[in-house]
Amino acid sequence: MADARLEAIARECRVQIIRMLAHAGSGHPGGSLSVIDLLTALFFGRMRYDPARPDLPDRDRLVLSKGHAVPALYAVMARAGYFPEASLTTLRKLGSPFQGHPDRTALAGIEAATGSLGQGLSMSLGMALGLKMAGSPARVYCILGDGEIQEGQVWEAAMAGPKLGQPRHPLDNLTVILDYNKIQLDDFVVRVLDLEPVLAKWQAFGWPVSEIDGHDFEQIGKALDQAEATRGAPSFVVAHTVKGKSVSFMEGNPEWHGKAPKPAEAVRAIREILGVAEAGWEAYLGKDPTTRAIVDELGALEGK
Amino acid sequence: MPAKASRAAFGEAIIELGAKDERIVTLDADLSKSTMTAKFAKTYPDRAFNLGIAEANMIGIGAGLALTGKIPFVCSFACFVVGRFETIRISVAYTRATVKIVGTHAGIAIGEDGYSQMGIEDIACIRALPDIPIIQPVDEVETRQVVAYAVEHEGPLYLRLTRQNLEPVCPPDYRFRFGRWLVLRPGRDVTLIGTGGTVFNALEAAKRLEGDGLSAEVLNAACLKPLDEELLLRSAGKTGHVVTVEDHSIAGGLGGAVAETLGEALPTPLKRLGVQGFGESGDPKGLYAKHGLDPAGITTAVRKFLDR
Repeated sequence: MADARLEAIARECRVQIIRMLAHAGSGHPGGSLSVIDLLTALFFGRMRYDPARPDLPDRDRLVLSKGHAVPALYAVMARAGYFPEASLTTLRKLGSPFQGHPDRTALAGIEAATGSLGQGLSMSLGMALGLKMAGSPARVYCILGDGEIQEGQVWEAAMAGPKLGQPRHPLDNLTVILDYNKIQLDDFVVRVLDLEPVLAKWQAFGWPVSEIDGHDFEQIGKALDQAEATRGAPSFVVAHTVKGKSVSFMEGNPEWHGKAPKPAEAVRAIREILGVAEAGWEAYLGKDPTTRAIVDELGALEGK
Repeated sequence: MPAKASRAAFGEAIIELGAKDERIVTLDADLSKSTMTAKFAKTYPDRAFNLGIAEANMIGIGAGLALTGKIPFVCSFACFVVGRFETIRISVAYTRATVKIVGTHAGIAIGEDGYSQMGIEDIACIRALPDIPIIQPVDEVETRQVVAYAVEHEGPLYLRLTRQNLEPVCPPDYRFRFGRWLVLRPGRDVTLIGTGGTVFNALEAAKRLEGDGLSAEVLNAACLKPLDEELLLRSAGKTGHVVTVEDHSIAGGLGGAVAETLGEALPTPLKRLGVQGFGESGDPKGLYAKHGLDPAGITTAVRKFLDR
């Protein structure tokens, strides 16, 4: 079911992802576009945080274990008020706080350095345990990539998660979401190293597991509600997503795992994200000065 | 004071410190009986976590706990914990998580278990990471103080401990200072720098060299990172000859660090004694003799080095 508010935010964030990647000239659009709806659902209505006080002890924590999708995180953080959207164009540039993969000390609000895949779940378990021991009401959200769970450390953490802290401090303050977009760097996941049966694996390790469409805000919301209501164990959500979601030439295409769009490609991507036909584009831009400015800015990149 | 393994002194110290500081927690990977945190776990069952034989996950959980204000000591054999280098590199070092990494069973001195259980590359690995100090205490007195320091130190830290008993060498009034080495014996002709289990042997060698009319200065290098460059340069400037003695690979450890410092600041003839090649099973004394880390081996090497 449609959630007009969240969909509008996600659309804006998708535009920002394309914009910053085009400015950077490198980065990972596919996985950023697959995860953005999940991040939008978490940041706008779910998680408790204060951009003015990023070190608030009882803030909810997000660990983006698939750190290469950090443009999506920067986009939601900008939209949430951590920093101005204009600063996003410094992504991956020397001296920028917007590192190519998350750096906790470079940018307030980033909870952990990730991007060396397979490590975020362990850190999330530790955070969830520490918060429980402190009696904090805060929750921890961890987002894993599908290719990422080929890493052995993930399964060490998977084995420990439902057992850690028992019986006094079960980690039911932790929700783990798998961004299952079916594509990794080299190829389709099924061709590199198939994960299936992925639900059965996590269930066998003792996790309550739900399965959703990771682009459907109603389903995302229900899964997060269910995870919050679960007592005695952390929850696992398998979110089926589309790599490169909302950009026709990126969707389901392994080529767009780790390649930035050229300015002209970025403009086309933004037009598609906004759902505007080519014929009506100039007229649309005439009525949308924000997008007009982004498009002009991209135009200025051309030939640079 | 009887000889005691630094892992044993650590196990006792962490219980005492744990009584005063609720933030201290221990993490183990099925070796708590060997890392000596088992008693901490009995004393504070809510603050000790055994993650099973899964060191990378243990280190990552330690990082997460640190990010919520705990002071986690993640413990295993030096080779197993530092062997999860990539997790240390990102989850601890780059994240700047205040994790205290404890590597016990350092060196070939563990003996019979053989190479796969010997931590002899750990110093080299951790040295390459920014902002993680490396400390290897020399005896019980120093270990207790170093563990207390580890709790106070802001940021991550690597603590290198031995399985074998260590003879007391520090004076009773000794006070550990971070980044400072200790002159255990002043001398004029050669500087012997040991760390951990090799320090006592260096002192023994110094006594034998005295019989040859050679005056050896013996330094205890507890801090392997940062080095006490001031003392190193002062001593090297005085004696003109430096010998490092370590139960670690000849590459990248104490000898390597000393060579880097001297090479840039005060080029001085240097002899590095350490482990060459892989370790192997055997009695610890025999292994030290084979690698020239026993008093006789150190004495011979120094004589040859000084051409005496």
